[in-house]
Amino acid sequence: MALIRLTDVTIAFDGVAAVERVNLAVERGEYLVVVGENGSGKSTLVRAMLGLVRPKSGRIAYGDGLKKDQIGYLPQQTVVQRDFPASVEEVVLSGCVNRLGRRMAFGAGERARAAEKMRMMDVERLRAKPYRTLSGGQQQRVLLARALCATDSVLLLDEPVTGLDPDAAEELYAVVRALNRDHGVAIVMVSHDLHGAVRDAGRVLVMNRGVDFLGAPAEYLRRFERRVRA
Amino acid sequence: MARALAEFLGRKGGRARTIAVCGALLAALLALVLGNLPALAEMGAYLQYKFIQRALIVGALVALCAALLGVVLVLKRYSMIGDGLSHVGFGALTVAVSLGAVTAENLPAFLPEGFRQTAASLCAGISQSPLALTLAVVVICAVLLLRLSRSSRMRGDAAIALISTSALALGVIVTSTASGMNIDVYNYMFGSILAMSDADVVLSVALSVVVLAAFIALYPRIFSVTFDESFARATGLNAGFYNLTIAVLTAVTIVVGMRIMGTMLISSLIIFPALTSMRVFSRFRAVMISSAIVSVVCLLTGIMLSCLTSLPAGAGIVAVNLVAFAAFSLVGALRG
Repeated sequence: MALIRLTDVTIAFDGVAAVERVNLAVERGEYLVVVGENGSGKSTLVRAMLGLVRPKSGRIAYGDGLKKDQIGYLPQQTVVQRDFPASVEEVVLSGCVNRLGRRMAFGAGERARAAEKMRMMDVERLRAKPYRTLSGGQQQRVLLARALCATDSVLLLDEPVTGLDPDAAEELYAVVRALNRDHGVAIVMVSHDLHGAVRDAGRVLVMNRGVDFLGAPAEYLRRFERRVRA
Repeated sequence: MARALAEFLGRKGGRARTIAVCGALLAALLALVLGNLPALAEMGAYLQYKFIQRALIVGALVALCAALLGVVLVLKRYSMIGDGLSHVGFGALTVAVSLGAVTAENLPAFLPEGFRQTAASLCAGISQSPLALTLAVVVICAVLLLRLSRSSRMRGDAAIALISTSALALGVIVTSTASGMNIDVYNYMFGSILAMSDADVVLSVALSVVVLAAFIALYPRIFSVTFDESFARATGLNAGFYNLTIAVLTAVTIVVGMRIMGTMLISSLIIFPALTSMRVFSRFRAVMISSAIVSVVCLLTGIMLSCLTSLPAGAGIVAVNLVAFAAFSLVGALRG
């Protein structure tokens, strides 16, 4: 059974369809890259999988032991975060908020989990550093550690390399690749950067309100090669 | 000397030293007011008075609530909500007080006698303890403002300006008709430590305790919603509920605090300590703790200043906050 299954999903804003009749299944351990032009509905699709926007029609089901609030999410950075006073540890720990249940404060379990994810993302030595003083690449790894606190099985990344320099982008791809291969975390990545993203993907989804293409990267490159080159 | 201080605050072990310097700055501020003995003796005499005790207790609690909420409001770019709600508070307060002029005789004669009696005693009750009505109105407006600012048709800041100026205008109209612009209105606008009755004190303490308890109980969730609302919602937090909670708690804090601070100046109690603390500290918990301390110290200093110099309390507190802001900015700048 798929982790996330979308059946005939249509999403509309003010009566205009942003996503139309999409059928998609995100399988355990896979690496799916979602590409498409601006306004093609790729970010909206991811936000729908997270329950942040409600589909006008169709169904989104979570299976294979995945609960709706246990998806790791790496959102696009907001203006608020850029000068937000918080330490790396505080940011990562906030990813455990879905484990609080009815409790008021984080316990030793959550702290250990946060420490483990910081080690995985190699940001442990930054734990007491202010988040706003980190480089773009470091910030993304901190936010990845936070997302990993929230999930064991699936990460949704919304344009993760936007604003990163080429080296930092390359490093981020390596980290995501390792998460997918070594830890079996399913990846759904929305991306503008066609070269870098598609290289690691197991499947590529091209959005154009509906599903324009869904298949292997080799097939995608053959069909869309001219556009990728440009 | 600036260079020596900059070195003293420099990188290694900077944290403890920063805290020490900030603490010393605040202590110096307090000492500036209490420093000379005659003033201290005079202050001691003032402390005997019940109204000073009331003002200090309620003031300290309100300062604490405002400081904690302020950090969240400033970071969420909601600072103007405090200002807007305080104007609504002014409108509601003047209406509530003016209801005291309503008697069974001056209600329309076609109403049944019993109804007129009840209405008159209800109005008298409201004007006796006007905080209750004010609280209800301001909380409703807080919810309304949040709704308005989320709808795409009207920008959030525009919606706040619309509601707050309307409420202010209503307050001025009602006061002018009922009693004219008198000393009471002056006190509402600029604050007075004489304004609290015993009933007000009980209500204020109870409300402050509720705000503090709610804040502590929800701390990790409030952090999450403030830092990243999308992520918080994706991990199952009902962000709308927490935004609403923050707005309602802000409304309560403003109503409780505006008698001392004045409606024109209460919003400074919310934004100043947060901005001051963020000049120096860059961890969320540190900013919170620093805000709470800065806020309470500045408020107590301001009230004492206003006792000794007969200035309006609100203005004195804002002035002290400004000094603290400048001092913390200096520390932040020297640390680089």
